[in-house]
Amino acid sequence: MNTKDNIHQDISYQADERGYYGDFGGAFIPEMLYPNVEELRSQYIEVMQEPSFQKEFHALLKDYVGRPTPLYYAERFSKKYNAKIYLKREDLCHTGAHKVNNTIGQILMAKRLGKNRIIAETGAGQHGVATATVCALMGLECIVYMGAIDIQRQAPNVARMKMLGAEVRPALSGSKTLKDATNEAIRDWINNPVNTHYIIGSVVGPHPYPDMVARFQSVISEETKKQLHEVEGRENPDYVVACVGGGSNAAGLFYHYLDQNEVGIIAVEAAGKGIDTGESAATSALGKEGIIHGSKTLLMQTSDGQITEPYSISAGLDYPGVGPMHAHLFRSGRGEFISITDQQAMQAGLELSKLEGIIPAIETSHALAIFEERKFSPEDVIIINLSGRGDKDLNTYIDYFNL
Amino acid sequence: MNRILSKLKEDKKLLSLYFTAGYPSINDTMDILQQLQDSGVDMVEIGLPFSDPLADGPTIQESSTIALKNGMTTETLFNQLKDVRKTIDIPLILMGYFNPMLQYGVEKFCAKCQEIGIDGIIMPDLPLAEYEADYKDIFEKYGLINVFLITPQTSDERIRQIDNASNGFIYMVSSASTTGATSGFDNTQSTYFERISNMHLTHPQVIGFGINNASTFKVATTYAKGAIIGSAFIKHITTYGAQSVRKFVETIR
Repeated sequence: MNTKDNIHQDISYQADERGYYGDFGGAFIPEMLYPNVEELRSQYIEVMQEPSFQKEFHALLKDYVGRPTPLYYAERFSKKYNAKIYLKREDLCHTGAHKVNNTIGQILMAKRLGKNRIIAETGAGQHGVATATVCALMGLECIVYMGAIDIQRQAPNVARMKMLGAEVRPALSGSKTLKDATNEAIRDWINNPVNTHYIIGSVVGPHPYPDMVARFQSVISEETKKQLHEVEGRENPDYVVACVGGGSNAAGLFYHYLDQNEVGIIAVEAAGKGIDTGESAATSALGKEGIIHGSKTLLMQTSDGQITEPYSISAGLDYPGVGPMHAHLFRSGRGEFISITDQQAMQAGLELSKLEGIIPAIETSHALAIFEERKFSPEDVIIINLSGRGDKDLNTYIDYFNL
Repeated sequence: MNRILSKLKEDKKLLSLYFTAGYPSINDTMDILQQLQDSGVDMVEIGLPFSDPLADGPTIQESSTIALKNGMTTETLFNQLKDVRKTIDIPLILMGYFNPMLQYGVEKFCAKCQEIGIDGIIMPDLPLAEYEADYKDIFEKYGLINVFLITPQTSDERIRQIDNASNGFIYMVSSASTTGATSGFDNTQSTYFERISNMHLTHPQVIGFGINNASTFKVATTYAKGAIIGSAFIKHITTYGAQSVRKFVETIR
């Protein structure tokens, strides 16, 4: 066995040719999906590297999404926790979260592959809205699968998607939430193998999705490096911190720091009501190696290999798996995984609102809550990905705090 | 010789049926198998239920959900099949998704199959590349035939690859769909069936997805060695009960 230090020096945190991050990843897909996934796999890197693609992608990120997003020094929050805390303001992106970085990239990819029909899955509706948005922008047909229960819980986002011209189809199988919406989107793709592109919303799914989505989201750490250099005179903070459901905002913030071993990587999972309560979504603590949605990763499941239902107050972290990159960060020891309960997250969300005038998404609130669980030194420079704004969660905050 | 290989050598068109183990009741497995054999069915796919069956339409999804609620597990199924070879001699194939097999332990799973007398495996989400890299040696060590799928979208080049990697038959998915989604065949299917037939592959093909009655069975077996019926059989059992297997088989041929 290597020591942890040796592992850090020797191993790669990028996907290999078969889409593996260490033991995790791959493409466990039925043959019906092979032509679609293979078409994407054989072309995605080449397409992304085309100058015309890069030009269009960056122009849209700048003029449409509103990038670069600020790196904001949170003075009062820093003072409270006695560390230098910066917030990467992805909540200021168009549509209110980092999700749109990926949907802009994938819609341009879909166009270059000649697809005219877009499908997506969504849990809370953020990725659905981001997908419906870019489909409206490009004039493409858009179908979003959403669990029937989530449709009831997230009415404002359903209305947004409809207003943007998307069709929202209820997933009626299983527990009728995100996992099932993803199953339905995959079944749609099996039934529409020629004209359809599936815009997956996180760093999950079969290769090349985890790598492709991470690359689109990597704009977050690309900007952060420059911005931190301007204010602190160095590109590398001591820690980068992000919440992880599937893990796309985390992949974006971690991306350019993966090989910088002096930067600590902290992934924050949703403990729900507590890791041992049976109502949790802390995949690194509760998951075992398994296969979900075409990828080998850590997965919450029964001893018989049936996928179990996670729980979190935050719909965006309510996923029984985790992206294979994160599973690898966990197993290799490169990443530190912390889990935060509903209650800790809700308190942190309220606290940031009062200290900084920023209402965060409940997903993001999990990352903000780590200071109760982990101590830092006053000189530590910490960057937290403020992945989304909390407007969509107002009702949950109101009910929780009786506001 | 593996029972699948012997069966493929027989000079007849093969009828193969799929059912979900643990459906409609947990203890129906052996009884349904006996009825299938007695009704002259040539080969059986025993479905190991999974919580998230991506390649399946509503009928098999629903039967899987009920089977799991009934308490079906990999271990339970193996226990039910412990003495299956005392009474059943037609080829038996386990069909399911890869995660339950992975959790059981791939080698332990394969060893158990050999011990019981299972002849082959169909795991739609264990594709060629992953199989060849990590699992082929284990399957072969225990004498199991692994069945790959092809679809109308599969390129000729990949069909040749799959033919080379196969050691029994090729499962020809009739249309771009999940199970149970189509009814009847049209020109698209006959063009595709003809294309594959003209490739003169080393391994025989058995057509599945969309076979639901005597006429689709007849069309499929005009081009291929046999046909597999799944959703239509499950629907029949749902309506007429687990004792009505012969009645269904008689409507097919």
